[in-house]
Amino acid sequence: MYNIKKIRNDFPALNQEVYQKPLVYFDNGATTQKPQIVIDTIKKLYSNQNSNVHRGVHYLSEQMTEKYELARKKAQKYLNARSEQEIIFTKGVTDSINLVSFSFGEKFISEGDEIIISRMEHHSNIVPWQIICQRKKAKLKIIPFNNKGELLIEEYEELINKKTKLVAIVHTSNSLGTINPVKKITKLAHKKNIPVLIDGAQAIQHERVDVQEIDCDFYAFSGHKTYGPNGIGVLYGKKKWLEKMPPYQSGGDMIEQVKFKKTTYNVLPHKFEAGTPNYIGAIGLGVALDYLENIGLDNIMNHERKLLNYGTERLAELKELKLYGTAEKKTCIFSFLLNNIHPYDLGVFLDKMGIAVRTGHHCTQPLWDYYKVEGSVRASLAFYNTFEEIDSLYQSLIKIQKIFK
Amino acid sequence: MNDINKIQKEIIEEFKNFSNQLDKYDYLIKLGKKANSINPKYKKEENTIKDCQVETWFYADLKNGKIFYYIDSKSLLTKGIISLLLRVLSGQKPEDIQNSNLYFIEKIGLKNNFSFLRANSLGKLVDRMKLETKKHGK
Repeated sequence: MYNIKKIRNDFPALNQEVYQKPLVYFDNGATTQKPQIVIDTIKKLYSNQNSNVHRGVHYLSEQMTEKYELARKKAQKYLNARSEQEIIFTKGVTDSINLVSFSFGEKFISEGDEIIISRMEHHSNIVPWQIICQRKKAKLKIIPFNNKGELLIEEYEELINKKTKLVAIVHTSNSLGTINPVKKITKLAHKKNIPVLIDGAQAIQHERVDVQEIDCDFYAFSGHKTYGPNGIGVLYGKKKWLEKMPPYQSGGDMIEQVKFKKTTYNVLPHKFEAGTPNYIGAIGLGVALDYLENIGLDNIMNHERKLLNYGTERLAELKELKLYGTAEKKTCIFSFLLNNIHPYDLGVFLDKMGIAVRTGHHCTQPLWDYYKVEGSVRASLAFYNTFEEIDSLYQSLIKIQKIFK
Repeated sequence: MNDINKIQKEIIEEFKNFSNQLDKYDYLIKLGKKANSINPKYKKEENTIKDCQVETWFYADLKNGKIFYYIDSKSLLTKGIISLLLRVLSGQKPEDIQNSNLYFIEKIGLKNNFSFLRANSLGKLVDRMKLETKKHGK
């Protein structure tokens, strides 16, 4: 049985009041709350186990190195990567994509080449590609989507040609909740030997991701959106690409030998981890991944699907509410506008009623240009949210409607 | 007490009537609805106040030695707050605007509740309002 009460008790941030009202935390797309076990781990590590990793000869350093590398193994297992050498710790998805755009771009993108992204990308999967395209005089090609927020796969197929060097695509849209057919997208690109990068920021915490099954070449996710600490993320990359790519940042730890004549680089994954890594963040992330495995991703998916169905039905009762993102396959994200109330105003009122949502363009301006609106109110749910909280959102929206009439 | 401080005092007194934040917001919505919109021809790039969340426009005019401000926003809450600002500063002499100390926002207990205020967008707007007084020869 899914014990929601017990799960909620694992997250101290959920059990609080804001403005004398119980907090309803619906801003999980921006960041998730942390289970007590992650908070305790970080506290314990800083309290009496802190020491820099690798190269240390002393006890604490050895212990911390072991824990850090164990976290890598946990991430490898979680993604079902072939080897831990394919797991690079980064600061998060933005950092992971910047790593690939710089490093892959440096080696494999030339003048006249093309990179395919979609119109529903987060700015972090647009701007790094714009920059490399400017630098290399390459072109960005955009996959459109339909009114429901589903990518037009036939148009994607038409965009692929011999000039295409990479496809970079979001797994789950942070603004609409659409779950994209990443396996199919990858397969189509691979037919022409084109590698695929997937931005998994909004997918990894909601469903089982198997990078071998998808067969993608790169997969990125962030720790803080996955119930782990801030400032840590993962880039999965197939060894065959990572080995050919030049280092992204340089300095300590990423070298094999430094000579003024010639410096040689460390093996994977360390070649891409210059400087002291965020080892405590990585260990915290490993604990968060363990926590998710203990709850069970099937259980999480099952509960979130029920929340999605219930929330969709409830919000449909509000005739003046326009829901954006109605794809057949979507995650538990409700992006909406109510009457002609500005999303900012709606968000401020919801906040005062104890409901935390996000308002604005959610870093996907080209997506909102399609719908010809500035942005939306986004309620993004997690496995610790409840049906009663959805009722609370519904009731609050009715109250706000009255205020604005 | 100059006019600017007198109006600020009036607003602070008015807000003492509200027992909770939601009542204050309700009032701001009413103010926002009542506030005049600006002519669409002024809604251009150089008149836009840069803010991540809300599009807001601004321009100023000098009449009979006094500065008149015209501001519009897509958000009624923002428009409500701005209408308070206009009540305090619009129609005042440039030197009074330059020397003004706007303390009423903090006193009415809204400063920490709006990203528009927290992110210093209001501060930027006030700076711009003061800058306009220089453009008009003072």
